Amino acid sequence: MGDARASNAQPHHAPAASARVRGGPMGNTRFVAGLLVAAAATFGAARLVDNAYVFFAGYVVLQYIVLATAWNILGGYTGYVNFGTAAFFALGAYTTVALHKLVPLPLPVMMLAGGVISGAIGLGTGYLTLRLRGTFFSIATLAMAVVVQTLITNWSFVGGSRGAYIVRPEATPLFGLDYVQYLFLLMLGLSVIAVGVARAIEHSRLGYGFAAIRDDELAAEANGVPTLRLKLIATALSGGFMGMAGAPLPYYVTYLDPASGFSLSYAVNTIAMPLIGGTGSWLGPILGAVLLGTLQQVATVTISSALSLLLVGVLLVGFVVAAPRGIIGWFSR
Amino acid sequence: MSALLEVRGLGKRFGGFVALNDIVLEVADGERLGLIGPNGSGKSTLVNCLCGTLRNESGQVRFAGKSLNGLSAHERSRLGLARSFQLPRPFGTMTLAENLRIPILYAVHARDGVRVADVPLRCADLLAMVGLADKADRLPRDLTQIEMRKLELARAMASEPRLLIADEAMAGLSHQEVDDILALLLQLNAQGITIIMIEHIMRAVLAFSQRLVVLVAGRKIADGAPQDVVRQPNVVEAYLGS
Repeated sequence: MGDARASNAQPHHAPAASARVRGGPMGNTRFVAGLLVAAAATFGAARLVDNAYVFFAGYVVLQYIVLATAWNILGGYTGYVNFGTAAFFALGAYTTVALHKLVPLPLPVMMLAGGVISGAIGLGTGYLTLRLRGTFFSIATLAMAVVVQTLITNWSFVGGSRGAYIVRPEATPLFGLDYVQYLFLLMLGLSVIAVGVARAIEHSRLGYGFAAIRDDELAAEANGVPTLRLKLIATALSGGFMGMAGAPLPYYVTYLDPASGFSLSYAVNTIAMPLIGGTGSWLGPILGAVLLGTLQQVATVTISSALSLLLVGVLLVGFVVAAPRGIIGWFSR
Repeated sequence: MSALLEVRGLGKRFGGFVALNDIVLEVADGERLGLIGPNGSGKSTLVNCLCGTLRNESGQVRFAGKSLNGLSAHERSRLGLARSFQLPRPFGTMTLAENLRIPILYAVHARDGVRVADVPLRCADLLAMVGLADKADRLPRDLTQIEMRKLELARAMASEPRLLIADEAMAGLSHQEVDDILALLLQLNAQGITIIMIEHIMRAVLAFSQRLVVLVAGRKIADGAPQDVVRQPNVVEAYLGS
């Protein structure tokens, strides 16, 4: 983060620096407006192609934009590597499964519920594990994912190990859109929110605090940064967005079992994408998710689905060797 | 002069090893105190206990009339207690100006009703004070050792402390560089900041301190006027052997 900011601060030091306190070189409102235009263009382009599969595949790419952005709030900004993405994601999905059986709510409300549940679990795990540093924290998140998966597997109300079938609602809730298009639109909206939040954090007091924690936690604390509180905010936000990304999943796949909901590939992809794009800024996770997500979708259709996992490995190794600071790293010093 | 910092019966142990034993210390407002002692005598442990990085098992620390017991390091820095680290610990991905922004945003702005009106200007002033104004947009990795020490002091000063603990801010520096840092610390003290200097370089300690405290093996063995303290037989013995 610092590197990217440092480079754009140089030519016009004082104005840029003072503007950043108030929300970055470009105001947050203007940025979100820009994002909305980009999102509308994406949706319009997908409509123009007029192929149902574009929405089906696009949904996955958008879902990864949200997951990668959410992961990066904790992993990129504060430097805590979370291996438990799948747990937060699946918790969101299973919240939808449970709600679907209890009270049929509109999907956006279910996404909010999934976000609250996963955010709360993020807060709890954070409280229990954030006293651990580095690798130890990562291992704890991995263990947490296993525990949550075991609990869900043994909870028959949401299908247990057999899985749960979800019947999509008959009526499409929005302008007679096809249901997959509706899911695509929801995920598009969520990615706009996630990216907007991530960027707002980056240029705020909170973002400076996160970066201080990432750079040197002891020095951060000595300089007034309430490190534990900030890390809890990061885990809750990160977990919450992952849960919201997972909430529409049952309606997307219409059949959800623990093995697919908690698949390790979510965790692996979600770490690989920000690393490939660059962890310092909001743009990195988007670049990584679009690049890797699209390649995986294309490879799944044209060659085989097994190849998509190989792609992650090859790209990750390639980037670690050739561009350790991701695609963003090519453009900043 | 009233006591700004009061330490009563402070004790800290690591397992069976007693690092600090019944330390009693008072530092007056505006005072320049030198703290010396051989390696491993507990100087840095004392700093860590005062600043909240470590928790002391026994004893009381009061700062500006408030008990610090149970307060975390960030809460203490907000009360006006700042430290520089023995080995500089800059925020590596941030520019020098951004390094100073952290204590301004998190220590100064956390105080009731306090706002730095122009944060970039304040950062520039602080960097100018330590002679790093032209490197405001550089990263810490571009700095030399003495510049790193100066950044460390500037960052401690950015929190607008009442008490600054300079933990070996001069170790490893050249003769001229030691004088630079010394002049800087004296200038800060003249602005009303109480300073505890922890140092091995006796020339600097004697030039700086109004009072000298000696720690040996976790105990305070001397406390008084610098010229008297360095002649005390037990102090000479601790440094040179009997």
